[in-house]
Amino acid sequence: MTKEIAIDVHGLTKKFGDRTVVHDLSLQVPKGEIYGFLGPNGSGKTTTLRLLCGLLTPDAGEGTCLGYDILTQQDEIRRHVGYMTQRFSLYTDLSIRENLEFVARVYGVPNPREAAKGAIARLGLTGRAEQLAGELSGGWKQRLALGACILPNPQLLLLDEPTAGVDPKARREFWDEIHSLAAEGITVLVSTHYMDEAERCHELAYIAFGNLLARGTAHELIAQSGLRTWVVSGPGLHDLAMRLDHRDGIGMVAPFGNELHVSGRDHKKLDAAIAEAKKEDGAHRWTRGEPSLEDVFILLMDQVKDNFQ
Amino acid sequence: MSAAAQDSARPAGRDPGFLKRVWAMVVKEFVQMRRDRMTFATMLFIPILQLTLFGYAINTDPKHLPTAVLTRDDGPLTRAVLAAMKNSDYFAFTRQVRDPAELDAMLRSGAAQFAVEIPASFERDVRRGDRPSLLVIADATDPVATGTAIAAMQGLIDTALRRELRGPDAAVEARAPPFALTLQRRYNPEGLTQYNIVPGLLGVVLTMTMMMFTALAVTREIERGTMESLLAMPIRPVEIMIGKIAPFVLVGFVQMTIIIGAASYLFDVPIRGSVGLLVLLSTLFAAANLAVGYTFSTVAENQLQAVQMTFFFFLPNILLSGFMFPFRGMPQWAQVIGEILPLTHFMRIARGIMLKGNGLADMRLDVLALVIFLVAAMGLALLRFRRTLD
Ligand SMILES: Nc1ncnc2c1ncn2[C@@H]1O[C@H](COP(=O)(O)OP(=O)(O)O)[C@@H](O)[C@H]1O
Ligand SMILES: [Mg+2]
Repeated sequence: MTKEIAIDVHGLTKKFGDRTVVHDLSLQVPKGEIYGFLGPNGSGKTTTLRLLCGLLTPDAGEGTCLGYDILTQQDEIRRHVGYMTQRFSLYTDLSIRENLEFVARVYGVPNPREAAKGAIARLGLTGRAEQLAGELSGGWKQRLALGACILPNPQLLLLDEPTAGVDPKARREFWDEIHSLAAEGITVLVSTHYMDEAERCHELAYIAFGNLLARGTAHELIAQSGLRTWVVSGPGLHDLAMRLDHRDGIGMVAPFGNELHVSGRDHKKLDAAIAEAKKEDGAHRWTRGEPSLEDVFILLMDQVKDNFQ
Repeated sequence: MSAAAQDSARPAGRDPGFLKRVWAMVVKEFVQMRRDRMTFATMLFIPILQLTLFGYAINTDPKHLPTAVLTRDDGPLTRAVLAAMKNSDYFAFTRQVRDPAELDAMLRSGAAQFAVEIPASFERDVRRGDRPSLLVIADATDPVATGTAIAAMQGLIDTALRRELRGPDAAVEARAPPFALTLQRRYNPEGLTQYNIVPGLLGVVLTMTMMMFTALAVTREIERGTMESLLAMPIRPVEIMIGKIAPFVLVGFVQMTIIIGAASYLFDVPIRGSVGLLVLLSTLFAAANLAVGYTFSTVAENQLQAVQMTFFFFLPNILLSGFMFPFRGMPQWAQVIGEILPLTHFMRIARGIMLKGNGLADMRLDVLALVIFLVAAMGLALLRFRRTLD
């Protein structure tokens, strides 16, 4: 049912000059889901989020956010969507309290002072309310930004790389917060580079060079990719990687700590190439492994690079 | 000595790094200078602008001053006096008026800078040798503007009358001069320059500071990245604009109080009109400048550009508004530009209220000009303000 879909856009296209930054993008995000948005830098994630919240006008395409038309009902969208920008965009020369009160007033939240106080308590920032936002550490800045986003009770959150440059513990807490928001029925579209975060999303979309390349749950994406992966351990992995790269049947070689992931789509050719390699030197241990999301994405990107460059 | 010798013993050629690094810096600076179009334009146009303004527009010997005439006599002598004044280039006769009240009104509103009153039976009294009195009133709010014209007046009329009196009335002509010139320097009888400068300063200070405040308003949000959040919030451009302008109206109000206070306590400039009206119209003027600054900030790409724009705007304001140099001394084109600038109109309003005791009715055109300016600047700002990041 359309009622259950929070974001429903078709054929979104955005050009800057004669560069197409987002190309014919369609996306359906069910209500209450955490939807991960992945892709390399410059692939059009931020641009897409801006198209969704009315900050950019698409050159083609149409659709709705929360049932509001993204082309004509931007005012409604502004009122009900919380957008957390990639770069910290609260006022660094205002205190935490002043920032939150400003947001509360702009959104017409009743009793802004109390609302800000409540948000500060929820953020665990009581006692630091008068500190300038600019003086906060990266992790706290992001939490404050999220706090400001959810203060007006939005039904949809668009989070643009909210945990970039944040330490693992703060990231974990951030994601716990996102999950509890989703449990309350808020829809979250979040862009990220971190694979562990991608695995915490209900569903994922992968975009590269403005093109949406794959959609689905993490399992579906791995299954769809048809990728087979071998895990290698032993000495001289770097040299081995150099030797294996670009051999027929080997789609990708990627180091993971003390292991090497060797993957390919054509299972027969891959296994043949590996049998060959095993013959060349017996110093390595080879085992069949599960391809990771990262393997899938790197492969997708390599393929798309061949198509677009 | 030995250290110096050592230094010179190590020729510059031994450390080619120094010059190379300086050169690297020079090249980089030039490239950046060329990229920054606005700075480049400022560097080229400010000297040209200043040269033109100082060289052509400024003339402290104003001619063709608008003059109102109240004649109660129209004999040949009267006509000779008026003709002589007109031929001198100093005076341009604006209007013949019938009663003194109209004459006063013209001086107050600035429609006339001079007024000449020729008494009834001027002709007869001159020929009789009674030395009738000829009243000339000069608007002395700006003593410089009327100074030379006043100086020329006596000789001018004297010569004209003598020429006319040759023949039968030569006896009268011989006694000099055949009339008494009564000169009234209205509004500023002692010709004090601070009377003129201090009210003008009120406008200059308000222009400079007000514009600078708001010129940074939008560019700062863009540069700091806060604009992206702001635009994603349910707030409309007009609300952003008014929200950004309003606090500075209050700042302007404080500035105004300081300058008006200083004007009357430190510089003894009278405030003959209503202080309330002065404050009200100064607020209007402050708002107009804030709106101009805000418009600049919607056009400028960064804070430096915004500052450069205010400077561009400030320069003609200060030179062509009648603050530094008499307005009527400027050539026609400069006066036309001057009429477009808000400071010109505020200058008339401030001097009018403080020195002439003007009321709203005397200055309605200048007030209207400020209102139009305010509305136009705000309209332009709203047109320029982009609600998206496209
Ligand atoms: N306002 C803009 N004008 C011109 N190009 C832009 C603009 N915003 C983004 N781009 C370009 O569009 C591409 C996609 O950018 P973006 O959406 O920020 O990617 P991502 O968020 O995935 O890193 C980049 O190459 C970027 O340079
Ligand atoms: Mg981005």
